[in-house]
Amino acid sequence: MIDVEHVDEIALGAAVLGTGGGGDPHIGSLIAKRLIAREGAVRMIGIEQLTADDFVLPIGGIGAPSVDVERIMAESEFELAISALERAVGRKATALMPIEVGGGNSMVPLAAAAVTGLPLIDADAMGRAFPEAQMVTFHLAGYGPGATVLVDHHGNEIVSRPVSGEWSERLARVVTVELGGSATMIDYAYDGEVVKECAIPGTLTLARRIGQILRGSLDGVRLRDDEKIGALSRELGAVQLFSGKVADLQREFSGGFTRGRALLSGVAEDRGSEFQLDFQNEMLLARRDGELAAVTPDLIAVLDLATGQPITTESLRYGARVAVIAMPCHEKWRTQIGLETAGPQHFGYDVDWVPVEQLAAARAEQEKAQ
Amino acid sequence: MTATSNRQYRLGIDVGGTNTDAVILDDELRVIGSVKSPTTENSGDGIATAIDEVLARTGVIPESIGHVMLGTTHCTNAIVQRRGLSRVGVLRIGGPATTAVPPLEGWPADLRDAIGAHDVIVRGGYEVDGRMIAPLDEQEVRAACERMAGEVDSVAVVGVFSPSNTEQELRVAEIASEVLGVPVSCSHAVGTIGLLERENATVLNAALQRTLGEMVRGFIRALEQRGIEATPFLGQNDGTLMRLEYALEFPVFTIGCGPTNSIRGAAHLSGLANALVVDIGGTTTDIGVLIDGFPRQSAHAVEIGGIRTNFRMPDVLSVGLGGGTIVRERGVDGTGQLTVGPDSVGYRLTSEAFAFGGDTLTATDIALALGTAEIEGTRQVTLEPELVSKADQAIRALLEESIDRMKPNANPVPVVLVGGGGVIAPDSLDGVSELIRPDHFGAANAVGAALGEVAGYFEKIYQNVSDRAEARRGAGLEAVERAVAAGAQRETVEVVSVEEIPVAYTDGQAVQIKARAVGKLGH
Repeated sequence: MIDVEHVDEIALGAAVLGTGGGGDPHIGSLIAKRLIAREGAVRMIGIEQLTADDFVLPIGGIGAPSVDVERIMAESEFELAISALERAVGRKATALMPIEVGGGNSMVPLAAAAVTGLPLIDADAMGRAFPEAQMVTFHLAGYGPGATVLVDHHGNEIVSRPVSGEWSERLARVVTVELGGSATMIDYAYDGEVVKECAIPGTLTLARRIGQILRGSLDGVRLRDDEKIGALSRELGAVQLFSGKVADLQREFSGGFTRGRALLSGVAEDRGSEFQLDFQNEMLLARRDGELAAVTPDLIAVLDLATGQPITTESLRYGARVAVIAMPCHEKWRTQIGLETAGPQHFGYDVDWVPVEQLAAARAEQEKAQ
Repeated sequence: MTATSNRQYRLGIDVGGTNTDAVILDDELRVIGSVKSPTTENSGDGIATAIDEVLARTGVIPESIGHVMLGTTHCTNAIVQRRGLSRVGVLRIGGPATTAVPPLEGWPADLRDAIGAHDVIVRGGYEVDGRMIAPLDEQEVRAACERMAGEVDSVAVVGVFSPSNTEQELRVAEIASEVLGVPVSCSHAVGTIGLLERENATVLNAALQRTLGEMVRGFIRALEQRGIEATPFLGQNDGTLMRLEYALEFPVFTIGCGPTNSIRGAAHLSGLANALVVDIGGTTTDIGVLIDGFPRQSAHAVEIGGIRTNFRMPDVLSVGLGGGTIVRERGVDGTGQLTVGPDSVGYRLTSEAFAFGGDTLTATDIALALGTAEIEGTRQVTLEPELVSKADQAIRALLEESIDRMKPNANPVPVVLVGGGGVIAPDSLDGVSELIRPDHFGAANAVGAALGEVAGYFEKIYQNVSDRAEARRGAGLEAVERAVAAGAQRETVEVVSVEEIPVAYTDGQAVQIKARAVGKLGH
């Protein structure tokens, strides 16, 4: 069960899995807490419990973070989106799931599950945050978006049946502009067997574990601030890439993305080294002294060095002392189509993806040799 | 003789929780005297005493004071202690949108009980592209106001995208004022894009108007009784000043002026524009960063009394180390290693510390035993040299680590020490190029208040911008107007920054522009 007191933990973990992007979960967490307090705890079920009789709706928000913080959604949008999709396909939903566990979209399904009483699947279709609608594991497994629904605060329902993930992204973007820059969306609605095949399991639980660690508790043991990053890395199987201070920051906003590059100069055991982070909403590329250290779709998270709290690409600033950690993405992304969809070249970087653990091992060898 | 020759002095006053400080600056902003006096229950008496003392000490006559600046934590304390707050009716204009998070959601229950008498979401507001979400239904607004009648002392009006279009907010404010006859705060004048943070700030503003009004009455009376005819200004959170009338309308802007004034005051006293400011009090050390004369701002959302707001606040690191910090030779449980803090004897230092005849070992005792400090009225402190050296190392390590965390880069940085607990700091620290203890260091807050220039800030999302330079210019002009409204001399106001952020998921033409203008004080 997910109760009010778990929401902030999940939101915090979701911000880490957002790898610098995905939107601030703050407003979403207020919505989820309020609706859970009113309607009761949300039942969470594992992916293994799904059968072909289940019909699962991945629900989330699409739009500009700068609109989301000002024109907050209407409470009616959750039920409207779900009923619109049910009517479009003639099938009743038996469960909801997050489409994107990273950032604010971790909160939308939680609130929707509270309002509808539907159970929530402990899984998502990214295992992190990504900026485009086709960057989901359904797409990687060859499934199209199917009937797609966008709704807004006025009660507008827009139902489409795009032929591909790319078309879904293109159409949703145009419609979202007309709806005022932000909307509630359901796509990739499938039966339980397909979700079992495609979704990345356990990601809400993972987000909650991350949140608990960053709030200073691991299996009932208190963690000091300076123990959190180590504990988190062990929990995630992550590599601690670098500790440093932001020495230079170039950031521009274009085409709806925060693009840029941060240069870090090392502190503590990394003193004397330099580190470079490239981002487009999310952190996508990390280099240590010119050598690749981690590459999308592997997850690169930037944390406050002292407290372990996640830092977004928008709140990153000159002088901040940060730790960079990276963790392997789910194996579904480590395929040819996975890398075509969300690998470095898709984002315009002329490098090849190398698994983060392999890069870390190579560096360890190098250090030993010296 | 220049025109200002007979009114050349500035009087700066800082009313803190414990002390009221007063300073006098001359026309070249040199500090010619400072005093410290206890803060009183009604604050006016404490201010009067501090003014009398500083006038007596400096020999300045009231008629020669041209400006009076007041910095106060009164509003911050009212919120934190939930004391003296007005009952606020909240009118949000945003239906049918925004209903997923009603007003005051997530507020601590006790603060909500103290302030939140009524809240309602009426139809209206704007989209990011300028369309109306819905037209205003005046009957609905009127009915909502009538339901609040007699149960609210003040009203907050908050419209979706009102920073881009103020029309509906102004109309609702008119109706509320007509029906209820109480003061009305409009959100477009208080905050920027970000509905909940702006709404929270507007509600706090409405709740504080009476509180600040009562506090300021004592201040005005103290000035009048002494024949000081200068225009009074109040310090705000970004280190700039606002006119008294403006402050009474926007009391919420005084929140956070304390740390800002301390950092700016330290800058002035030391003559540095780039440095770390280490303010050591009785219980905590607050470290701020001075960049080009202004405090570095925090990148995170700022919470006040448990409420998230979008105030621009200085980035301050607070560490549990002060003059009264308790030193334990064998740790808290009496068996471990030496510990320093984080707890403190606080204001009881002069009765509980070793050196003052008490039996608690404090950071001040260590400084006295080391001989780095001398304080009147203390007895000789003799401690085991090993204990003293261990404690000294622990204090040094804590300061050095905290300073290193705040430094903008790896180079050694000058540090300005201010605050009453400054005696506990060593004479040199690793990573510090120079440790400066300026004269009048205890009154840095009051000096900071007295220095202020006047700023105006403007932010708006512009639609279908064909000429971006024109839009930037327009935003700059708005910021200039706001600076003038806040008390700046028009001819001295300059636009100091204009920032552009394109808005995603719009037709590609929308751009958010933020502008800030700063000018010198008017007469």
